[in-house]
Amino acid sequence: MSVMSIDKDYDNLTITLVSDFEAPIDQVWDLWADPRKLERWWGPPTYPATFEKHDLTAGGEASYYMTGPEGDTPRGWWLITSVERPRTLEFSDGFADQDGNRKDDMPVMTVRVTLREHDGGTRMEIRSKFESREDMERLVDMGAVEGLQEAVGQMDGLLVRSAGS
Amino acid sequence: MRELGCHTPLLIYNQMVVGRAPDDVVDDLFHALSDATRRDILRRCAVGEPSVSRLAASYPMSFAAVQKHVVVLERAGLVTKERRGREQIVRTDAATLDRARRVLDDLEAAWRERVAQMSQVLRAHHGQQPANSKTGEPA
Repeated sequence: MSVMSIDKDYDNLTITLVSDFEAPIDQVWDLWADPRKLERWWGPPTYPATFEKHDLTAGGEASYYMTGPEGDTPRGWWLITSVERPRTLEFSDGFADQDGNRKDDMPVMTVRVTLREHDGGTRMEIRSKFESREDMERLVDMGAVEGLQEAVGQMDGLLVRSAGS
Repeated sequence: MRELGCHTPLLIYNQMVVGRAPDDVVDDLFHALSDATRRDILRRCAVGEPSVSRLAASYPMSFAAVQKHVVVLERAGLVTKERRGREQIVRTDAATLDRARRVLDDLEAAWRERVAQMSQVLRAHHGQQPANSKTGEPA
C-alpha cells in the first residue's frame, strides 16, 4: 500500500486521499463489503470496531460501536446512499447514542469511495467531507478549550518577542 | 490574557505587512483586550460566528455600545465584520481558518491510519507482499 496523494480543501472542508494497493479490486472492495474485514481497520488500533448491522445497499444502514481501552463504547451509524459493486460506495457517517439512535446534534460526514484497476493493482480514492461548516465547527467546539489554551501560549510568545525588540 | 481565542502570530504578521509598526499593533491589542466585554465578545467569536445583534442581545447595553466594542476589536485586527443578508457577522478570520485546518489534519491522520490497517488486513487474508515502497508517499 502506498498513499499517493492527499488533498485538503479548507474552503469546502473536504479531504481527498488516493492510495494504491497491490491487490485485485475485489479484495479491496471486500474491505468495505465484508463486515468482519471492515472491523479490522475502521476503528483506531486502540478502538476496534464491531459492526452490528451492515446492509450495503442503497438506502441501507450500518451501525457499529468501538471498544476503547477503558471499556467505553462510542457508537456510530452509516446511511448508504449509493453502491456500485465493486467500484463505488457512498455513505453518511455519524454519531449515535448508547442505544444506537442517531445523535442529530452531532456532525455528519459524507464519504465517497471509488475503486479502479490501476497498474496491476487497485487505486482507491476516498473523498470525505463535512456536510456543513456548522458540523465542522461543532466538532471543533468539543475541543475548543484546548484551542484557547494554544492561543494563550502563542500570545505569551508574542509578548516575549515584543519586549525584547 | 486567559480569554484570548485567536491565532495571534498570523494576525500580527498580516498587520505588519500593511506597514504598521509592531508597537502600535501591540498597543491596539492591549487596548482591545483591556475590557471585559470585549474579551467576552472575542471569546464568543472564537467558538462561533455571532451577529452584532446577537451579541448586543447578550449584554445589558445598547446596540450602539456593543457596535463600538466590535469596532475596537476590528481595529486591533482581532475580528472582521461581514455582511450576511441583513445581519453583520463578527468573526475571527484566522481562528476560523485554524479550526478548519486542525479538523482536516485530524481527519487526514484518521484516514492514513485506516489505509495502513486496510493493507494489513489484505496481507493477512491474501498473503500480500509487505507494504511496498512505491514512490509518491508523502513523509
